[in-house]
Amino acid sequence: MENSNIREIVLPGDMVDLQGNKPGTGIYMEDGKAYSEILGVKTVRSGYVNIIPLTGRYHPQKGDKVIGKVIDVLPSNWVLDINAPYLAPLHVNETSWKIDFGDTGKFLNIGDTVLAKIMSVNEVKQVWLTMKEQGLRKLEGGHIISVSPTKVPRIIGKEGSMIKMLKETTNTKIYIGQNGVIWIDGETDNILKVVGAIRMIEREAHTIGLTDRIKEYLNKS
Amino acid sequence: MSGMKSDVKLIDESGKRIDGRLFNEMRPIKIEAGILERADGSAYIEWGNNKIIAAVFGPREIYPKHIQDPSKAVLRARYNMAAFSVDERKKPGPDRRSVELSLVISNALSSVVFLEQYPRTAIDVFIEVLQADAGTRIAGLTAASVALADAGIPMKDLIAGCAVGKVENTIVLDLNKDEDNYGQADMPVAIIPRTKEIVLFQMDGDMDYQEIKNGLNMALDASMKVYEIEKEALKNKYIKLAGGDSDE
Repeated sequence: MENSNIREIVLPGDMVDLQGNKPGTGIYMEDGKAYSEILGVKTVRSGYVNIIPLTGRYHPQKGDKVIGKVIDVLPSNWVLDINAPYLAPLHVNETSWKIDFGDTGKFLNIGDTVLAKIMSVNEVKQVWLTMKEQGLRKLEGGHIISVSPTKVPRIIGKEGSMIKMLKETTNTKIYIGQNGVIWIDGETDNILKVVGAIRMIEREAHTIGLTDRIKEYLNKS
Repeated sequence: MSGMKSDVKLIDESGKRIDGRLFNEMRPIKIEAGILERADGSAYIEWGNNKIIAAVFGPREIYPKHIQDPSKAVLRARYNMAAFSVDERKKPGPDRRSVELSLVISNALSSVVFLEQYPRTAIDVFIEVLQADAGTRIAGLTAASVALADAGIPMKDLIAGCAVGKVENTIVLDLNKDEDNYGQADMPVAIIPRTKEIVLFQMDGDMDYQEIKNGLNMALDASMKVYEIEKEALKNKYIKLAGGDSDE
């Protein structure tokens, strides 16, 4: 993430110099010229110029692991709020439970929290979730906080370095949804410590040497 | 309200207006982005004595369901004046004027936002006028466009605008309250700065063809200055997040 210190910030309508690359996400073309459509930073990766948003809601993408909250129970579906512009249904066939028609409420009820994966997003942005994969489950107990989805990569860190450090030093269980919802379980004091660290990461996501300062913070208290 | 008879001298012999500006000068503008914690995006603008907050929510589930559009998002702007925003208490709630302004602002914003990227959703824009001193629709629209960018909503460009008017037979830029009340005409204009497309154009009062033409040119020039202030406001908030500084 930090290959160059000064990253170019672009606003909607700013012209983007493609430098021979192809336009990627966050870019629209007009009269053969490329313009940014969002507020973000310009990055060039494998022949594509992308604008990485600095703000905004979570955009569901196939394969993302998200933490959702059950807000409705239907005879063969649950409806989950995944912090996106759209509600996401989870069908009974996409769970590992054997459920009779109409018995959905016995497994998950309104207010329950689930770690699920985005199975598909179609062209009209309908989202379907699945829990048929190892590790996907109902989250019981624990503590939930929300962060901006744009900060999630920083909280995970390079190849999971940051999250691994958080887990190991505080002896907690942590799940991070790509939608910015974070579930933490462990001793109360440790949970508070993790929450403090995550808030610090959120605040200082743009700075360099953050991992070291987080380490210091975790060891200090 | 334009064209009321009065003894007030709106422009003096040396060409100065009642607040000391020349005919082609704007009032000072200050914009701050991202001031509200709960909203997805927000902005605060001080344009002369106007004080306006804009907040953006969404894209989100649309209610009532029947107004949803399966091909694109619906952008709903609500312009509202606080009861204490004007000299005499304004009766709260929507009225003829605010319904009209909400509509023209919605239409102006819809023309820059890529609505087709979020089918079946609503993007709600709330514009709250805390203190009014003429030119609130343009100031509100300006703040709303900054708030939309702050909310990370994909759009073609920001929107910038400025009003022109006719006072004592002179075309002047950016009317204040007295000039609006006792002047002869008021013409708010908003554009997409990059392409110079007009997204909002209204007029109240009497102006002839040449006056409109001159006025429009003045408004376009002024809009470009407003655009620079908008960009500055957004960059001020995000320059840190972009990693422009480092602690090492």
